[in-house]
Amino acid sequence: MSDRALAVVRAGALTTVQDLGRPGYAHLGVPRSGALDPPAAALVNRLVGNPPEAAVLETTLNGCALRPRSAVTVAVGGAPCPVTVDGRPAPWGAPFRVPACALLDIGHARAGVRGYVAVAGGVAVEPVLGSRSTDLLSGLGPAPLADGTVLPLGQPFGPHARVDVAAQPAPPAELVLRVTPGPRDDWFTAAAVRTFLTRAYRVSSASNRIGLRTEGPVLERARPGELPSEGMVLGAVQVPPDGSPVVFLADHPTTGGYPVIAVVRPEDLPAAAQAVPGTPVRFVGVRRR
Amino acid sequence: MRALPVGDRALLVELPSGAEAEALHAELLRRRAAGDLIVGEIVPAARTVLLDGLADPSRWAARLASWDIPPAAPRTEAAVEIPVRYDGPDLPDVAAHWGVPVDEVARIHAAAEFRVAFCGFAPGFGYLTGLPARYDVPRRATPRTGVPAGSVALAGPYTGVYPRSSPGGWQLIGTTDAVLWDHTRVPAALLAPGAQVRFVPLGAEAEFVPLRAESEIPLGAEKTTGPEAPSAPAGTT
Repeated sequence: MSDRALAVVRAGALTTVQDLGRPGYAHLGVPRSGALDPPAAALVNRLVGNPPEAAVLETTLNGCALRPRSAVTVAVGGAPCPVTVDGRPAPWGAPFRVPACALLDIGHARAGVRGYVAVAGGVAVEPVLGSRSTDLLSGLGPAPLADGTVLPLGQPFGPHARVDVAAQPAPPAELVLRVTPGPRDDWFTAAAVRTFLTRAYRVSSASNRIGLRTEGPVLERARPGELPSEGMVLGAVQVPPDGSPVVFLADHPTTGGYPVIAVVRPEDLPAAAQAVPGTPVRFVGVRRR
Repeated sequence: MRALPVGDRALLVELPSGAEAEALHAELLRRRAAGDLIVGEIVPAARTVLLDGLADPSRWAARLASWDIPPAAPRTEAAVEIPVRYDGPDLPDVAAHWGVPVDEVARIHAAAEFRVAFCGFAPGFGYLTGLPARYDVPRRATPRTGVPAGSVALAGPYTGVYPRSSPGGWQLIGTTDAVLWDHTRVPAALLAPGAQVRFVPLGAEAEFVPLRAESEIPLGAEKTTGPEAPSAPAGTT
């Protein structure tokens, strides 16, 4: 392998390669995948001079540590966290240079869940169906990083952005998700729909890239029986038999048989990706646009 | 037909039957190919078709209602043939549900002509219809934690083939070496919605050729082992 590569020293809890995902294959059962917080991934790409489709690393809670084989330009964003190069503080939310064979450490998130690490040139693993994203539901794309993994890097695209620090939204202290009702709100009692739209839920620790699971008042169905499998969209709030709403995120299954009570506006999903377990959640009904 | 809005950018079109969902799916693909319909995803399912990534879902809801949709035409391309060994551990349970001897399951299943109604669960997993309704079987009460790749399985009105090993609750009736999903292949999925499928029992040729050669075999014996099952009319859903 050429020296345009990154060696993984500490993979962290769950670090995956992500880009814009692989939309267009849902009819074959292929999830869209892609970065859970797309604005954060886009920002770190912009900071290092990458185009939006370049692949970045998505970390989960405790970051990761990497050793580039040649000098590279890097930017870290998403969940705020300490960043060091060979033990010395490095910027968060701004591009910086990492010398060849130096140790880049992305520390534990101070707030939020998912960190994004862009390297000039992008992570250049082999694409699968046009995307380099790791899809944890169906196992497409590269495996999650492991200690010792070596990732190839592409050639830098151009100069990095000239910024001191880029503004990024803070991870939410309370997650407010705007929802439009349906398509299966009629599968729930009127009281359950009211409960869903007025009561407080909490982010469950069982959340992952497939779905944001919540804990809170159980939603009672108005009718028994099974819904035949039907197509699912990003942001669908599915209610399984245990009555606790699950918000579908990037690696969600393309079809499912539990009723969808409402759909979260896509622009509210990046915040959902950054909500730590225990964060209060409110579902707020909004008019369809 | 009922078109339900899904968020701001999608429409879930619900139809009275699986056959009508297949017909609408075929019509949507035709219109997308002709450039009349701009949409991110067209996802057929049991009795619905999801249109995701529409600029104006409510306008499309009104338009769909006015369409005159012809029944899905039989595909002109040849059926995908899946070689199968009918050796699954659930053959006895399936035979009991069907009320037939165990060795009849393979004959009935292999005689049916299947169609991929929709995909889901895993990349390359097709929900195949084609067995008459009297052969519906329930899912297993306790799902298996590991079903091997290539398992041919039944649940409800559907037949499916597991593209990779995974947990699963379907009744296992056989195994195939066919590769259902290979992302390095074009197309990656062996089965896409709308495709016609036949299951070909492995070793069938070897079994049937000598039978035909030996004229002494009583007619009745040939009938019970022959590939055509009168009880499973072709193409029935």
